[in-house]
Amino acid sequence: MLSVVIKRVVGAIPTLFVIITLTFLMMRLTPGGPFDTGRVASPEVQANLLHAYHLDEPLYLQYFRYLKDLAQGDFGPSFTSKDFTVTQLIRQGFPVSLQLGLSAMALAIVVGLALGTFGALRRNQVADHVVIAFSLVGIIIPNFVMAPILTLIFGVTLQWLPAGGWGNGHQLAYKILPVIALALPRISSIARLSRSSMIEAMQMPFIRTAYAKGLPRRLVLLRHASRAAILPVVSYLGPATAGIITGSIIVEQVFSIPGIGRYFVDAAINRDYTLVSGVVIFYGCIIVLFNLIVDILYGVLDPRIGRR
Amino acid sequence: MPLNRAILAMGAVVALFAADLSMTEAARADDGIVLRRGNATEPESLDPARSDTVNAARIQEDLLEGLITLDPDNHPRPAAAESWTISPDGLTYSFTLRSGLVWSDGSPLTAEDFVYSIRRAVDPAIASTYAYMLFPIVNAEEIVKGQIKDLAKLGVEAPDPRTLRIHLKRPTPYLLAEMAHHNFLPVNRANVEKFGMSFTQPGNLVSNGAFVLSEWTPQARIVMVKNPKYWDAANVHIDKVIFYPISSPNEEFNRYRAGELDITYIVPNSQIDFIKKTMPAELQSEPQFELNYLGFNLTKPPFAGNPKLRQALSMVIDREAITGKLMRDGSPVAYSVVPPAGDPAYTPTKISWSSLPMAERIAKAKALYAEAGYGPDHPLSIEFRLQTDEDARKVAIAVASMWQTALGVKTSIINEEFKVLVAHRHEKQVLQVFYDAWVGDYPDASTFLDMFISGSGENDPGYANPKYDALIAEAAGTADQAHRRSLLQQAEGILLEDNAIIPTYNRVELYLVKPYIKGYRPNPCSYTYSKDVTVLPH
Repeated sequence: MLSVVIKRVVGAIPTLFVIITLTFLMMRLTPGGPFDTGRVASPEVQANLLHAYHLDEPLYLQYFRYLKDLAQGDFGPSFTSKDFTVTQLIRQGFPVSLQLGLSAMALAIVVGLALGTFGALRRNQVADHVVIAFSLVGIIIPNFVMAPILTLIFGVTLQWLPAGGWGNGHQLAYKILPVIALALPRISSIARLSRSSMIEAMQMPFIRTAYAKGLPRRLVLLRHASRAAILPVVSYLGPATAGIITGSIIVEQVFSIPGIGRYFVDAAINRDYTLVSGVVIFYGCIIVLFNLIVDILYGVLDPRIGRR
Repeated sequence: MPLNRAILAMGAVVALFAADLSMTEAARADDGIVLRRGNATEPESLDPARSDTVNAARIQEDLLEGLITLDPDNHPRPAAAESWTISPDGLTYSFTLRSGLVWSDGSPLTAEDFVYSIRRAVDPAIASTYAYMLFPIVNAEEIVKGQIKDLAKLGVEAPDPRTLRIHLKRPTPYLLAEMAHHNFLPVNRANVEKFGMSFTQPGNLVSNGAFVLSEWTPQARIVMVKNPKYWDAANVHIDKVIFYPISSPNEEFNRYRAGELDITYIVPNSQIDFIKKTMPAELQSEPQFELNYLGFNLTKPPFAGNPKLRQALSMVIDREAITGKLMRDGSPVAYSVVPPAGDPAYTPTKISWSSLPMAERIAKAKALYAEAGYGPDHPLSIEFRLQTDEDARKVAIAVASMWQTALGVKTSIINEEFKVLVAHRHEKQVLQVFYDAWVGDYPDASTFLDMFISGSGENDPGYANPKYDALIAEAAGTADQAHRRSLLQQAEGILLEDNAIIPTYNRVELYLVKPYIKGYRPNPCSYTYSKDVTVLPH
């Protein structure tokens, strides 16, 4: 197991290197620089600004400077949040995205699995159709429609919950709507996945064997069917969790939540080279990590895959 | 792991977060009187020398106090300085600071602090975007350009702790108005030297304004509390101000309706009718020192050396239809370069044909269009670039259809991301016509007219007229205000008759203020001070 982990981590290094290089180049090839604000009263002022951030150096020097800083764990200063370093911004934003994402994922797994299993056991009955319809709606209605609708109903009209913001970071009320908005599409996906895999699992010979042994239905479901049915869900969970905890761009924008998802958009629009690179590299690391976790979980859950 | 255990584990995760989430901070009575302001985007910096947006400036102006501030009508009023004198030749400004001024850490605030801060603003190492505003000061330009290395050579001195003297190289009648700008706000030297770039973070920042910084969560909020050491603290009736960076006007509007904001930064244009109907008393407006205009690329065909074509395109734009039917926010139409909301004593020059009725304008434009060599068989076909923005797009579509209807011009509208548009404007290669808004930095005509000096970095149309340059230069060296204004008016007239740009309208800033908020009124240059506001019990 340890050797697998080491192999995967070492294997991720070239991937990350490619990500770093591509991000670096693509940002700099985009027209417009971080300090092009439309106001260039004096070319000297502009020159001083570029010099202060080493942007007047040849591209290869900038690249090597960036790699060198990166090797020391320094993502550099942010060009648009000038009072903070990229590391400070990620350290500040990631716990928020993580909390929001894990809460949403936990909600999605519990509700999604329950719905999926419920639908599978009542296959082709009315309840099943309701589950399918619900998950279709969840997938079809995008976040940028669902989030403002939730805000309008519960924040503006009923005023039960805040319409946006993050309060002081410890207030439950601010988190309910964003967590629901973020969880809804995942609930749908998990419900659909678990429904179809549960239907498939229920037709497996070992389930018939379990019933033949006289096991009660509850135990057959929980001990045998669920174990086979959960595998596709687990492989979905890895990238989905990585995606959700590194910040939902839309949900964070709509609810004005200070997570790192918002930095993606703002930094790219503002050509904040260091912040974009920092967030992308961080995102890359998280994806590699979660794919690794999924692989390990797979080995634990499915004896057929075994410990290669 | 069987499913039941998995569900248990998930339940545990939820419970864990629920436990964390349930630690709610109850609304505390000891917060006192709180003012909650919407504030557009996250400020790029709270360091006055390293920021350039209005929303960053608004926060800084609550934390730091300069020598003077501007009242709602753009008149200077005493702030850290209690009085000032200007020498007869207009070259020396002497400010007398109030006695007993202190920083929030209790250390005395002296004229030396202002000397340090103004030197810092021109220091090439700090690279302040607005350093050019200090160019009238002796040696400022040379220091910014690196020709003089010694910051002490800047024409700013403190003969005694309460006197600050500024020496100018040319009379600058708008200097006082400029001094309200955030680039002139003081910073505490010991503070800057101790913390470096992070001196603006909460816990670090030492300030001299009505409020002190207590929390800054990027992308979430900036909280400041009343500064008991502020000289006028007795007249500050707010205990806490919270600024929320909310970039989408629609989200800001929702939060205002939900009762989470007291003042908005802006109003979503699409909601104006709804707001006028449901909350007319809360809708406030303030004319801005801002020009929305169309610019031509004057360095390339078809517009280079073709003033008739430019005039034809300008004449057929029905500005009243744009403001009255599209904007619907009370924005006045513009036939001048300089908006009227800046210097009250300056009367902007209007385009000569501005009072002609639309039908006559179209007839004249058709003739000019034909003289320029275009007609139904040979229509003009142009690319019109603008920033990806709903309001700008609406205006562009209207303008394109006016050109099409009146002259048969074929326009392709190209939305570009702001930075891409800026790059295209500077390169002047693919650029033909662009849409832009320009906000004056200080209430004087020169903040608009200087833009069009030949070779100026801001001169995106690439306008070049020696007569215009000469008039602007002459105005810059003139101490007599009345004469200076008349020179600027003449220059403005030349720019308009050359049809270098098409002025369309001057924006009115709309914002929402809860009925229990009194005393809030931003001025045309967007200076607003939270300390002037009172929050009535509600």
